Amino acid sequence: MKSSNRVRLFVVLVTLSLMLAVAACGSGSNGNSSSSGNTGGAPDNDGVEAAGSNTGAQNEEVADTKEPKPPVQLLNVSYDPTRELYAEFNVAFAKHWKEETGQEVTIDQSHGGSGSQGRSVIDGIKADVVTLALGYDIEAIADAGIIDKGWQEEFERNSAPYTSTIVFLVRDGNPKNIQDWDDLIKEDVEVITPNPKTSGGARWNYLAAWGYALKQNGNDEEKAKEFVGKLFQNVPVLDSGARGSTTTFVEREIGDVLLAWENEALLSLEEFGEGKFEIVTPSVSILAEPPVAIVDKSVESRGTREVAEAYLEYLYSEEGQDIAGRNFYRPTLPEVAEKYKDQYQDIEMFEINRDFGGWVKAQEKHFNDGGIFDQIYVPGA
Amino acid sequence: MAGMITAHLSPEGSARPRHIDESPLARRLLIGLALLFLALVVFIPLVSIFIEAFRKGLALYGAAITEPYALSALRLTLLTAAIAVPLNTLFGLAAAWAITKFRFRGKNVLITLIDLPFAVSPIISGLIFVLLFGAQGFFGPWLDERGIQIIFALPGIVLATVFVTFPFVARELIPLMQSQGSQEEEAAATLGASGWQMFRRVTLPNIKWGLFYGMILCNARATGEFGAVSVVSGHIRGQTNTLPLHIEILYNEYQFSASFAVASLLVLLALVTLLAKSAVEWRTSRAMAATQQPDPLAREGGANHAH
Repeated sequence: MKSSNRVRLFVVLVTLSLMLAVAACGSGSNGNSSSSGNTGGAPDNDGVEAAGSNTGAQNEEVADTKEPKPPVQLLNVSYDPTRELYAEFNVAFAKHWKEETGQEVTIDQSHGGSGSQGRSVIDGIKADVVTLALGYDIEAIADAGIIDKGWQEEFERNSAPYTSTIVFLVRDGNPKNIQDWDDLIKEDVEVITPNPKTSGGARWNYLAAWGYALKQNGNDEEKAKEFVGKLFQNVPVLDSGARGSTTTFVEREIGDVLLAWENEALLSLEEFGEGKFEIVTPSVSILAEPPVAIVDKSVESRGTREVAEAYLEYLYSEEGQDIAGRNFYRPTLPEVAEKYKDQYQDIEMFEINRDFGGWVKAQEKHFNDGGIFDQIYVPGA
Repeated sequence: MAGMITAHLSPEGSARPRHIDESPLARRLLIGLALLFLALVVFIPLVSIFIEAFRKGLALYGAAITEPYALSALRLTLLTAAIAVPLNTLFGLAAAWAITKFRFRGKNVLITLIDLPFAVSPIISGLIFVLLFGAQGFFGPWLDERGIQIIFALPGIVLATVFVTFPFVARELIPLMQSQGSQEEEAAATLGASGWQMFRRVTLPNIKWGLFYGMILCNARATGEFGAVSVVSGHIRGQTNTLPLHIEILYNEYQFSASFAVASLLVLLALVTLLAKSAVEWRTSRAMAATQQPDPLAREGGANHAH
């Protein structure tokens, strides 16, 4: 009896220790990077603690070599639909930077709703650069003292290397015959858009609708309020980010029309093939300028300013612009824009600074607590 | 509570006396219903994960689970569990010991507090740590001056996981230790055992299977936790992405097959856990049958720790 007890105990212990061994392997190879990279500890002896990378091998390299330019790691905190763009751009920049300086650079990515990503940076995520959906989210980080004021003048074109706009994505054949903003407030139309409180794309959506309503009603704000109110009554799900909304519309097949970034709409056509969805260009939309900025506080403490600046500069280069175009953003460099111009429809566009008095004003009026969006949006209504 | 069911393996334990048994028809109907329901809500979805995972072929499956981001997510998940489970085992032992062996003021408060993580939404469990350790939080500036990163890094993920999983071991041990009472310890004490001897020779052997079971449940939740970890992770690929978060990212990137491939990996981890659980249960019921305890209550405490 006793010996058979031992055997069973042994079996169980082996099973458990196997699990632990697997876990320990994980800790063994990840231990290095977590102590240098993740905790951000000991920034005193090496400004390159950033180099705490995923692989143990690279770590040893950092520790052993005394070269002036050890591998460096950047963190780009970005908004939802830029996943494919930066996946491609990061590889291109790493290659460019290696050729230029001989230094290895790896870029980590974090994606989410633009507002919530900005919030993460304010809450302490150590991003070297932010590439968000709209200026206000970067402004909010600047207000917290993490990015220097005046960031928008640091890079060309208001620090917006590529632009986009808002279009409608409808199901094949456009069964509800949706042509313009007017059609979105019909009673039998379900509209999918993310939450303007957390998503940058959703704020562009909202402002485009607002601009349209003002234009139709001779600048009558009450009428415009009524219009966007009706529009949001037709929204069954508010996801927190643009990509979440796209998946809701495309994968879960909820809703009749998705208010989407033009790049996001074109990407869904590419991913799912023509014949499932159609893009409808409204009579008027908004020029969306997703800006980029250096996170001054992080690059100072991590010693990564030079490479972070080069990274954002490279977005304006011919290759960077070409990658933006390939990923359905509108390039701003004229030569490259010309190359991709057939990809996009010509649309009359509102501009945030010209028509809405800039992001700070628009944010306060519409999206802050108690703003117009809070007044018109009644959850579950 | 625990979300897992303990099977009673010993045959004489599951059979009921003939005179209170249902008619064969009712019995078949009930068994059929249970099986149908299980097939619908558990089996089919699980199988569909594997079907979806292999839809684009073995090569893509292999690529998806050996891709560097997936591997680093796996490492992080296992590392987190490897830290959280031992910590919670210690805490659970200490808490169960204190609650069942001592009388003190505030005992009920302690019992309630242990249940707290089950009661609050995971997003709150995450936000607590953002409030405490975020750059704008209570300890944020102090930590920042010293270059210590808690949230959006490993420590935050471990903290959130520990918080969410700490009731499991304690909840498993408290009823067990209560039902066992303290006679055996008292006997040991009269024979001159020290506190440590008493724990090692008397208490631990009595509770070890309950303890293992609690650890297994704790491990299952620690590897699968999504909500709380999502709040404190920052979603940095290759750094702070755990397996469940990685699955969501892949899904959102239209890489459906890859996301299901990684999901199947998580399911496999869960299956290993379940196997360990079955082994423990089998061992427990055998031990119970072998010792043939005359006292049915002690038996209850030993084998019936499902909730």
